[in-house]
Amino acid sequence: MISLAGRDILHGWGKFVLTSVGLGLLIGVTLTMGGVYRGMVDDAKVLLDNSGADLWVVQRETLGPYAESSSIYDDVRRSVFGMPGVERAANVTYLTTQVRRGGEDTRVMVAGVEPGEPGAPGQPGYLTAGRHLARSHYEAVADEASGFRLGDTIRIRRNSYTVVGLTRRMVSSGGDPMVFIPLKDAQEAQFLKDNDAILQQRRRTAANPSLNRPGVPGMLDGVIASQGVNPYVNAVLVRLLPGADPEKTAEHMRRWMRLEVYTRAQMEEILLGKLIATSSKQIAMLLVILAVVSAAIVAFIIYTLTLGKIREIAVLKLIGTKNRTIIGMIMQQAIALGVLGFMIGKVSATFWAPKFPKYVLLEVRDAATGFAAVIIMCVIASLLAIRVAVKVDPAEAIG
Amino acid sequence: MRRGSMKGRTLLLVLLLLPLAGLFVYVMTNSGPLAPVPVTVAEVESRSISPALYGIGVVESRAVHRIGATSPGRLLWLDAQVGEMVAAGQVLGELDPVDLNDRIEGQRAAVRRLESLVAAADSRVAETKARKEYAEAQAARYENLLKKKAVSVEAADAKRQERRTTAAAWSSARADAEAARAEQARAGSELKGLLARKEDLKLVSPVQGLLAAREAEPGSTVVAGQSVFQVVETEGLRISVRFDQSMASGLRAGLPAEIVLRSRADEVFAGNILRVEPIADAITEELVAKAVFEQTPGTLPPLGELAEVTVRLPALPEGPVVPDAALRRFDGRLGVWMMENGSISFRPVVAGRRDLNGMVRILEGLEPGERVVVYSVKALTPRSRVKVVERLGGDV
Repeated sequence: MISLAGRDILHGWGKFVLTSVGLGLLIGVTLTMGGVYRGMVDDAKVLLDNSGADLWVVQRETLGPYAESSSIYDDVRRSVFGMPGVERAANVTYLTTQVRRGGEDTRVMVAGVEPGEPGAPGQPGYLTAGRHLARSHYEAVADEASGFRLGDTIRIRRNSYTVVGLTRRMVSSGGDPMVFIPLKDAQEAQFLKDNDAILQQRRRTAANPSLNRPGVPGMLDGVIASQGVNPYVNAVLVRLLPGADPEKTAEHMRRWMRLEVYTRAQMEEILLGKLIATSSKQIAMLLVILAVVSAAIVAFIIYTLTLGKIREIAVLKLIGTKNRTIIGMIMQQAIALGVLGFMIGKVSATFWAPKFPKYVLLEVRDAATGFAAVIIMCVIASLLAIRVAVKVDPAEAIG
Repeated sequence: MRRGSMKGRTLLLVLLLLPLAGLFVYVMTNSGPLAPVPVTVAEVESRSISPALYGIGVVESRAVHRIGATSPGRLLWLDAQVGEMVAAGQVLGELDPVDLNDRIEGQRAAVRRLESLVAAADSRVAETKARKEYAEAQAARYENLLKKKAVSVEAADAKRQERRTTAAAWSSARADAEAARAEQARAGSELKGLLARKEDLKLVSPVQGLLAAREAEPGSTVVAGQSVFQVVETEGLRISVRFDQSMASGLRAGLPAEIVLRSRADEVFAGNILRVEPIADAITEELVAKAVFEQTPGTLPPLGELAEVTVRLPALPEGPVVPDAALRRFDGRLGVWMMENGSISFRPVVAGRRDLNGMVRILEGLEPGERVVVYSVKALTPRSRVKVVERLGGDV
């Protein structure tokens, strides 16, 4: 049996292909927008995954370390070690800053981690090149998205670091690539200002008569020395022993150490529900509008395609073609258009997604939903067109 | 004719659609969660690694001599500039003596006066001694005369009394002379004390060394204990290095070290660890060690300059070694992903020491020749499909 829809498509194949390309690109944009939204959520989750922590110990009454700034003494870690259920505890600092490499600078989140055993909390879990931090100073492991290469020398505040390892998908909740450097350097980077600022501070201290008393030699030196230390970190990452109850351990710490402790679930709630809530809602809103607009455009295209053929349909009717055949032709064409459009959309979205500066996550589930939505939309749109086609008077063919 | 054109169109459309369908299938299977994870694989080597320790420190001198005032005063003059080599005993400056010179002159006069007094007292002793001797002789003569009854008892008694009086006068004169001498000695000592104080106002370098700092200028007032000059011994130049405690196992005196000064990053100086300080820094969780240069650099590095010190530890015996990027944590355990027959499985291992190039000695769990996953573009799970590649993007 000759497929009427196939014959019609072949008849106007250029128009059909161009329409489906246009439709496909539109679907591609919608899928990408969905990917942008998913990527945003994934950035937040991956930050938590990569930290390798079960609990986050932060300053009391803050939502730190990602959503708010938090600062606790670095020796808190030792008390945390002593808590029941704790397997490992590691200090960590986070600082979003511009990192210079040669003449250009890149926005990154600098994480200060304790070098040592790979897989400790805070350290990158996997590498794509190079090695982990082995020295306790002046080495860095960078995310590939930063554009750094092995052996590059990058400058973070006062010091130069050699990139010794590369990793992937280690990003901040805002999508900035992460650079891991040894904790002591990071503490210094976070605290120690540039030389001018230090000199100004010394001058100010020296001008303060209560800190620079005549007749008390050495006092000024002591005060200045005390200004040059930073015993703070942003958080202590805790990994629990297998089988330990996170909430129970967290409650114990909250009660006895008088610090804020977040579990993984709470942290996710903070990141998704507070930190990226508005921006992700913004994207979601855009996604909804785009989806509605795409659906409308798909419907109009199919509708006008059918209207363009109204004379031919009238002729078909005139030569006695059954309504069922005509309905089948229109619906098959609409679905073919939808399938082709979806394929083009999916392929184009997959190809341009990695070019985005931030992560775009195209999930299979989203693609399946998208496919179903496209087909449903095509069917609904074709129903409108069918209504017109069925109603058409065969006399129009000769009229 | 028409059929032919129809066929051509069908062919054209199929030609257009086929690559698209192929592309679509490729995209669906090679992106997203269904895609295989590109990994690189390495063989476990059996070799010896030389772990090394890395620390940073500052250049120090063995001893810094702070030369300053022992009593408050005003600086009169200073005669040494920073950077000069000074000799042991060299006078570098002096504090204003204020009235000290006048007091010394006064004391000198007092000493001279007391010298005269001593001379006078000595004369009195000589005089009273002569009188006493004469009185004794007279008394003895009169005793003889009294025995012969040539003089009266009264006259003899008078001579006896005279002998006693002169003896007492002599004793007294001697005591006076002693007192005068003591007084003279006291005044002399006081003079010496004043002279010593005057000497103490001089700022003298106790050692031969480099004048490192000049912290006050003439005319300024300094308090007792405040340092004016700092002199460092150039011989005892060393580096106080700090090693992270968790990464410092095996640190001990005598190990060879490579020293790189921050201002001369291209130059590596040979050195060794002089000693590991018995007291570690509890706050920073670091061990402190002293490293010395094998040969003191020609141009002395300034004190306080940062230096990086790499200490080479003796090589470990041969054993299985993997890159540290292969060590992963999965399900709460440290291990490696084994690559066997195209699929991966997790095997817990016990890791030993690492060297600075990121090679880890595996103590338990791996045999040389086995293949392990080194790099991967994402975290692996036992269900991950993997695709072995030569290297991952981002490598150079």
